Amino acid sequence: MKASWLAPLTAAALAFLVPAGVLHAQRGAPPPAAARDAAPIDLTGYWVSVVTQDWRWRMTAPPRGDYRGIPMTPEAFKVAAAWDPERDEKAGEECRSYGAPALMSVPGRIRISWQDAETMKVETDAGTQTRLLRFTPSPGAARGARSWQGDSVAEWQIMRGNAPLNLRPAERVPGVPAPAVGRGGSLKVVTSNLRGGYLRKNGVPYSENAVLTEYWEVFPRDNGEQWLTITTLIEDPRYLRETRMIAIPFKKEADGSKWDPTPCSARW
Amino acid sequence: MTRDFRSHLGAALAAACITLAAVPAAAQVELSGYWARAGDADNGYSREPVDLLGIPVSADGRAKALSYDIAALSATERQCQMYPPFYALTGPFGFRISSVQDPITQKLVAWKLDGWIDRDTTTIWMDGRPHPSEYAPHTHGGFTTGRWEGNTLTAVTTHAKMGDIKRHTSFSSDRATLTYRFTRYGDLMTVTGILEDPVYLAEPYVLTEIFRVSTGGQTFPLTACEPIEELPTLHENPALVPHYLPGQNPWVNELTQNRGIPLEATMGGPATMYPEYRKGLRETYKPPDTCKIDCGAPPAAAAPAPAPGGRGAPPPAK
Repeated sequence: MKASWLAPLTAAALAFLVPAGVLHAQRGAPPPAAARDAAPIDLTGYWVSVVTQDWRWRMTAPPRGDYRGIPMTPEAFKVAAAWDPERDEKAGEECRSYGAPALMSVPGRIRISWQDAETMKVETDAGTQTRLLRFTPSPGAARGARSWQGDSVAEWQIMRGNAPLNLRPAERVPGVPAPAVGRGGSLKVVTSNLRGGYLRKNGVPYSENAVLTEYWEVFPRDNGEQWLTITTLIEDPRYLRETRMIAIPFKKEADGSKWDPTPCSARW
Repeated sequence: MTRDFRSHLGAALAAACITLAAVPAAAQVELSGYWARAGDADNGYSREPVDLLGIPVSADGRAKALSYDIAALSATERQCQMYPPFYALTGPFGFRISSVQDPITQKLVAWKLDGWIDRDTTTIWMDGRPHPSEYAPHTHGGFTTGRWEGNTLTAVTTHAKMGDIKRHTSFSSDRATLTYRFTRYGDLMTVTGILEDPVYLAEPYVLTEIFRVSTGGQTFPLTACEPIEELPTLHENPALVPHYLPGQNPWVNELTQNRGIPLEATMGGPATMYPEYRKGLRETYKPPDTCKIDCGAPPAAAAPAPAPGGRGAPPPAK
């Protein structure tokens, strides 16, 4: 009789003490879900950039020397002063201002889909670029050649709520909805292995050692609209005095009817 | 049924009950602290008095903006006219967030956002109370309720007075609704604001800003407004109401002259926010050969220029 009471109590104590993740990792547990299946938010579809910020630098090709808003190092000023779009065109480098650190700021549309269960594909119509966000990069795999879009490692940031000790039923007030159960999350992406490029069309540089960190967050509204905010942090000790931080809003579109692929341009 | 089986069944049931009870009722993230503006976007930029670039103003919103003379802020009755809650995204300052808890149960009742001297406190009620009647009094801070969506705090503000949403160039009416989200990433917080206004906006106006939590304590004054006589002429003639009549705003062409941006674009409107608008600009945009005004400068030479006419200098050049 004594043993029959002890077992439930022991199990109850273990339920408190052993985190769910540890239990999940026990031998015999099913493998973790693929990134596509584990997605806490749905990013797929067409999104249009809504240009309400930095308008004069994004919607136009700003003149030489317009560097306001970017914390450039003195060396970056020298490099930017030597900006020559004709030289870039001759070198076949019209896409220097469409690299990953600048791409999401370029006015246009993005199309997000799953290339496979572990790779999210982000395409842009402006500059016809493709970013691949890999959730499970091969450990120890040799990195490829540097590229405008670099190598992106992605991970879901899934909400882990506190687990309250509910010793009694939660009190409820008539007419007041129950607290929402935790849901949602965001996508964190870290990109490196880049080719050096431009943060701004007029030659503000970032170096090949720049590291881009992004947080992608979806904002569903009660009226059916969906918004996406990409919080963007760019670190580049060579050309930036401090981390450049911007958050870029997009609005979801019903379909791809406004998708308009245009090639990179060094001048516009 | 053996004793062992009953024992194991009891254990399983007990574990299941406690695991189910541990489902989070409402996720919460600590937001308290002093938050300094850290983003590099031009939300607060206001060198040119007429600058509606990317703002989805309606015809009425444009007319309101063009009638505005910043000297109005020096009129006695407007010297403590505070900014609306949206100013948290467009002002040059940070803010302080503090929690308000029930003194008995310690449950969260509200968050408070305090800002600079020109912004009223915004109280985000978290206790489920409804918004008041549309006829209820409006305040500079408005009435705000919030709820958690995952780790993000979503808040909705109504009942704010008419106010300045773009540093002296654009306005929201007292019928505006602001929905904003506060999402924390470590020591950073991204705030996304969606302003809807049936009077002065033709589409929602969306802005984002990034803040960094400050470990240095209070970095800005949290004082009441101090009325100061900035323009003696207004004191000498209290009947004077600074404004511009339709078609007489003298600053209308300044952005075009300084930056080569077509006048039509500087007047804003929803079409100017979308990528299609950029294609048409290619034909009409005539940029200067080099930037001549307020271009950003190397660190040692940075010297912020004073804003034209009135309080609120632009943020320092980066």
